[in-house]
Amino acid sequence: MTLAATGVSLVGDGRLLLDDVSLQLEPGTLHVLLGPNGAGKSTLLGLLAGDRAPHAGRVTLDDRALPDWPPAQLARRRAVMMQRDELRFPFSVDEVVALGRLPWQRRERSPAEQAAIRAALDEAGASPLSGRRYLALSGGERARVQLARALAQIHADTDDPAARYLLLDEPTASLDFAFQHQVLTRLRQLADRGVGVLAILQDPNLALRHADQVSLLAQGRLMASGRPEKVLEPARLSTLYGLPIVAAARPDGGCALLVEDALRKGRP
Amino acid sequence: MLPGFARPLLIPGLLALLLATVAVALNAGTIDIDWSALGGDGAAPTALLQLRLPRIVLAVLIGAVLAQTGAVAQALFRNPLAEPGLIGVSAGAALAAALVHTALTGFASRLALPASLVLPVAAFAGGLAAAAIVLRLARRDGQTDMTTLLLAGTAINAFVAALVGLLSARADDAGLRGFTLWMYGNLGRAGWNEIAIAAPVLLAVALWLPREARGLDALLLGDTEAAHLGLDVERLKRRLLVAVVLATGASVSLAGVIGFVGLVVPHAIRLLAGPGHRLLLPASALLGALLLTLADTVARTAAAPAEWPVGALTSALGAPFFLALLLRMRSRIGLP
Repeated sequence: MTLAATGVSLVGDGRLLLDDVSLQLEPGTLHVLLGPNGAGKSTLLGLLAGDRAPHAGRVTLDDRALPDWPPAQLARRRAVMMQRDELRFPFSVDEVVALGRLPWQRRERSPAEQAAIRAALDEAGASPLSGRRYLALSGGERARVQLARALAQIHADTDDPAARYLLLDEPTASLDFAFQHQVLTRLRQLADRGVGVLAILQDPNLALRHADQVSLLAQGRLMASGRPEKVLEPARLSTLYGLPIVAAARPDGGCALLVEDALRKGRP
Repeated sequence: MLPGFARPLLIPGLLALLLATVAVALNAGTIDIDWSALGGDGAAPTALLQLRLPRIVLAVLIGAVLAQTGAVAQALFRNPLAEPGLIGVSAGAALAAALVHTALTGFASRLALPASLVLPVAAFAGGLAAAAIVLRLARRDGQTDMTTLLLAGTAINAFVAALVGLLSARADDAGLRGFTLWMYGNLGRAGWNEIAIAAPVLLAVALWLPREARGLDALLLGDTEAAHLGLDVERLKRRLLVAVVLATGASVSLAGVIGFVGLVVPHAIRLLAGPGHRLLLPASALLGALLLTLADTVARTAAAPAEWPVGALTSALGAPFFLALLLRMRSRIGLP
């Protein structure tokens, strides 16, 4: 059981946006997609979400091609959290989260549905925001509500064992330092409960710290994929980003990636 | 915003107010009606059945449909300031009406259609044609792009307005006056025959739209987000656009252009009950019906025996109300 892209290629605006990329999102893992701007991360996430079809290769959920899934059934198995937020109408937080329950086509007022919404708010750390107006929230608070909506969408009944998938395009964008770690910790917990989580991030240190698996994209190609400490080698990242990147020991025993300051090099 | 316990009372409350308004409208007019002696012949039953009742039926239907299609257009464009006129229906209908009033006066009288039907049929066809052009221009690779639709609609509206201007320049005085009055909307033109043709369209759209409430809610999140929720977004948008075009076309062809109902009513309901379409659509329909019935009653009694164009009245009352809403409650109606 996986959500998988196999040998996908996509052409757009006369150039190759993705070139023969394969990626498997396993249930129970936090998989981070990293790479420079324009590498094709969002494009790949869009293919995995079924927003468009690849020109070559295929995207499957449980070995069944995405277009062969009834849309509502697919929506109950995987949710997507996009980076931008177009909502400009004055919904309450709870109403936004309730929209995630749409593919389940059930009576919104039923106790089970209300419980699903409360559980999603809780898992996203958005319970304190319940009852507030969405448009009055800060960017970080909105991100938590959108996460709750995505979680409400894939909230399964207790007798439904099928794996769930969550795709997130830069869930940490515009979040402060503390929130970034908080969001990653929540995604970590979701993965531990069996959800397959794919998140686009920009900061290799967040990936190093929280991910089970990292895939590195460069110019539409998959450069490396595997355990974070293997993929995020300083030499490889230095070439990729064109920056002198070094690894340094962290006080807690792990390791962190730093950008070397060329001007200070060699000075005491 | 209404407190939670009061929300279930919104629909029954508006319904009761609508019935009361209809009763007042039936009673108001130049002829006093003796309700105890209605069975006999005379002016009173005729005034009721042939003059007041069709107007009220039309006001209820058109008010309900304009308010609902306004709410739907705002969801489709994800813009609280959108209205169905953006798709070009009213402009196309106006061009057809201008043609009938000016260039085609001789031609129209030779048609097999009864004279009273020529204008509404032409206006309906004109509205549909203009909307079809705009909708076609907005489609690329099988997708309807709402930004292109908005821009194409603006261009077609401007072009059609120019043609109407050219036509007015060569019109005679009678034609010009007829067309100008038509433009401002009037519910007194249509009799039972016209209502019998248009009412099924208006009623069907008014009753069908609330069934798409959850899909409309999802569209407010964004097209891609709605697709992620398992909706066939393109087909939903096309269904809704066709319904909006048919209903607006039918109401414009019968009553001319009636402004601001579609803009103001959904806003007022959003302030009371939030933006969720399950309550917004039926509540907008009731409030739209109520306001248009009230406006038409004022329009035909305030200066009796003369009559004000009801479209001018709704715009005159709607514009300041809308500005007040805009300035006082920017954030609550979704503006930055």
